[in-house]
Formats: sequence, C-alpha cells, structure tokens
Amino acid sequence: MTTAPILEVRGLSARYGEVVALRDAELTMREGEFVAVLGPNGAGKSTLMRSIIGLANATGTVRFRGAALKRDPAAVAAAGIALVPEGRGIFGPMSVAENLQLGAYMIGGRGPDYERRLARVLHLFPRLKERLDQVAGSMSGGEQQMLAVGRALMADPKLILLDEPSLGLAPKVTAEILESLALLNREGLSVLLVEQKAPLALKLAGRAYVVSNGRISAEIDPKEITSHGDLARYYFA
Amino acid sequence: MATSPATILRNPRQWLGQLPLAFAVAVVAYAIIDGGYIVTVVGFALIYAVFVAGLNIFMGYAGQTSFGQNAFAAIGGYASAVLTATYGWPPLAGIVAGMAGAVVCALLIGMPTLRLKGHYLAMGTLAIGLIVYEIAVEWQSVTNGYMGISGIPPLGIGSWELESDRAQLIFLAIVTALSLWATWRLRQSRFGRALVALSGSEDAARALGINVGRTKLIAFVISAMFASLAGSLLVHIVGFISPEMIGMNMVILAFTMLYVGGIGTTTGPLIGAVVIGLLPEVFRGLKDYQDLVYGTALILILIYAPGGIASLGRLAPKRRAAR
Repeated sequence: MTTAPILEVRGLSARYGEVVALRDAELTMREGEFVAVLGPNGAGKSTLMRSIIGLANATGTVRFRGAALKRDPAAVAAAGIALVPEGRGIFGPMSVAENLQLGAYMIGGRGPDYERRLARVLHLFPRLKERLDQVAGSMSGGEQQMLAVGRALMADPKLILLDEPSLGLAPKVTAEILESLALLNREGLSVLLVEQKAPLALKLAGRAYVVSNGRISAEIDPKEITSHGDLARYYFA
Repeated sequence: MATSPATILRNPRQWLGQLPLAFAVAVVAYAIIDGGYIVTVVGFALIYAVFVAGLNIFMGYAGQTSFGQNAFAAIGGYASAVLTATYGWPPLAGIVAGMAGAVVCALLIGMPTLRLKGHYLAMGTLAIGLIVYEIAVEWQSVTNGYMGISGIPPLGIGSWELESDRAQLIFLAIVTALSLWATWRLRQSRFGRALVALSGSEDAARALGINVGRTKLIAFVISAMFASLAGSLLVHIVGFISPEMIGMNMVILAFTMLYVGGIGTTTGPLIGAVVIGLLPEVFRGLKDYQDLVYGTALILILIYAPGGIASLGRLAPKRRAAR
C-alpha cells in the first residue's frame, strides 16, 4: 500500500559562500519509509540534511505532510522533524537527563507526556537509564550516539533525520543503534539516514538516494545492490 | 536527592568542592561580626558578586562574550544617583528605574549586536562600554563629568536608612544570596538548559527548536539587570559616582573574578569576588612587590584550577568504586 508523502524536497540548492554544496535536490519520502542517502565524503549529504531543517542557507521548497516548511529550525522541530546531527551534537557539560530534557524542549516542562517519552527512550536504550546523572561528555562514543538519538526521540518526531550515526563507532555499537532505529521504523517512525557506510544503510533502507558532487544522482532499490561494484557504478555515474 | 553531611565528609571530591564556598561565606560572616575595615572590602566584593553573577549568565551559561557590562552598571548607577541625589526619589525607586533603563538599553543594543559572534561580539560590546563611559564624561549637565555626583543617600525604605556599615553589609549579603539563588534557579530551568545548549552548539540547539537569537537576547537583558543592580548598590554604598568607577577597570576586575571563581558555576561569582577582593589586602604588606605577587597568585590559580576555585573538588582523586 502506498502511503502519503511525508517529505517532499524540490529544487533544493545550498551554497557556502561561492561554493555550491547542493544543487537542485529532489527527494520524496512516504509515511513510515526508511530511506538512506548515500554518497562519498563531501558529496553534499550533510548539506541536504541541514537544508531540509533550515540550518543551511538554501533555496527551493521543502514540504512536510503537504505543508511548506519555513526556513526556521524551530518551526521544523515543531512540525515534527528531529535531526541527529553529524558528530552527535550532544551537550557535553550537561547530564544525560538534561540532554534528554532538551530533546523535549518544544513541549515545555515535565509532565505526563514528557515521562512517557522518557520511559520510551530509556526502554530503547537501557544504558542511558544507568547514566542519567552522568555528565554526557564523559560517556563513550556509542553511548553518546545513543543519547543523541534518544534526545531526538524525546521530541516525539514523525520523521527523524540521522547524519552519519556510525561515525567513529565500533561496528557492534553501530549495529545496536541502527537496529533500534529499524524497530522504531517498524512502529511507524519515518527515517531518513545519511550514511557513508552504504552496506549498513542498505540493509535497513527500503529505498536509497545517491548524492554525488552536490546532486542527487540516482535513486536505487537496495535489493538491486549485490556488490561493491554495483554501488560504485552509482557513486561515479 | 540531597547529599547528607556524612556522605560529603566521606568523599573528598564533595567536601573539597564545598570548601571554597564555605570560605567565602566565612569571610562574609567574619566581616559582619568583626566590623572595621574588612566590612568595606567585603561590601565591595559582594556588590561585584552581583555584577559577576549576571555576567556569568551571559558568559558562563550562554557562552557569549561581553566586555560592555560596565555600561549597564553605569546606567543603574547614574539613574540611582541622579534620581535620588538630584530629584529626591527614594533609593528603591531609583534602583528599579535604573534596572528598567538597563533593560530597554540592553534590548536596543542587544538586537543588532548579538548578531555578532566570537571576537566580533567581544569588540562590539567593548564599544558599548566605551561609549557609555564617554557619555558619562561628556554629559556634564546630568553626570557632572569627571567630578561625578556626590550626596547620594544610603540604601533604605522611607525614613528607615541603612546607615551603619554592618547593616549595609548584611543587606548586601542578602542581595548577593538572592542573586546567586536566582542564577541557580535560572540554570536549572528550561531557559537555563537552552542557554547551556547554545553555548555548546548553536546549530544543535536550533535543531531542538531553541530560538537562539531570542535566548541570547534574554540572557543579555537579564545580565544587564544584574549589572544595573550592582551599579545602583555601588553608588548608594559609596555615596558617590564618577566615570572612573564604571570604566574598563570594572570589566577587567569582573572578568578576573569570574574566571578565578569559576565561570559557569553558581557559586563562582561569590568565591571569585571574595578572593579577588581580599588578595590585594593580603599582599598589602609586600608593598612594592604587591602587584607582582598578586599577578603570580592569579596565574597560579588559573593554571592549577582552570575551572576556577569553585571547581576545586574536581581536582581531588576519584574514589575507587566499591568492589
């Protein structure tokens, strides 16, 4: 069954000074989909993410559930899109609990809704429960990534964007985090995953886009990718 | 969960962490009990603690830089001085008017200036401090220029005035305690978390829905209110104001207090203000070498306690986990 589009990106372009980092990106995601964005380092994947949520200086349109999104990250967050940024973006001097509270910034103070969200995140990542009072910056890379994902989930998003969640992590930890995302996706959360490690992403994604030299150069079905050669063909197309 | 005294005593990191605050409180208590010259020294330290507590919100929590906080101390100080000494307003009304003026100026100045970041913000705010200093010098019909304004009444409500040094010190200690409590409550609030978040990464904060520009502006305004309050307290305690009292020296002293006490900590402003306030008195006997030893002491503190004296507890060895 085909569901309604949750995210529609049309003609999205972004530049850093004179350098064009993203050119006329077109992308569509449907409700409940798990979509991967692949591509080599510097291809423009992170810029695509930043442009969608309004952090980059971009032109073009982004529609979320049919409505045009403002170029304002606060409005994007309020609409129901959460970002797990590259490098995790956790707040090191704060405790794990405070980081999670910040994830629910848009709902204001603590209440039943907050407690429900917290219980869900701690169920998903039990290691965070043991470390609620610990300073976030003192945790391992894997735990920090769990916190970054957990913090994004505290916003109760309808769509979560993840920018290179495997960066600097051991394969086992990465697999644990991605498995949690797959679980959330099965429960209905739409996931847009930017990942350099293509085999990892293709295992989970139902569809994938390839970004190359600032353009979305291909849309691929992960089932069609059976070897590195297949992927390289898209990367260097 | 509150930590019991027994737990604190068993853990060197805990009691070492409390020691600097206990020292600062003991100094204030000693000054109140003993009276004499130390009352003046500690009184100035407490006024600066209020000023630095505000600076800590903007710099320690929000991670921004302002070299222009003296401008708001000047607004508060001159508002109190002119309204009470020239127009006969009661001190409390002068203080409130000064704070209201500081809020308006901080909003007007902050909106364009806070678009700047890093060194540019530092330079922008430095200019604000210099401009206000020049206004204090040149607007002679109101400020009396370098001659300043004297005859400013002491703090009080109605006919009741805080005339004795000791009463003034007790009042300052209460105001300082309330100021530190307010900054602690602010840090624990949703707004406080947003401040610390934007100091870590503005982009990550934005992605969480935090309005970074507005949050910075509010922090700047609150910080200005503290500075204005400190400026008003200063003029009512001294009974006089001149441009020299609210010049760059005030900013340098406040920065030193903030970093020595512990930037980003709740008690750091008080600890830093008391330590920096006392150091010149401690080294006074060294005469010609006083400044040299004072400077060396500051450098040693910053080398061996880079997080400030308030974070001394972190330097103690960690206890081994029970097996």
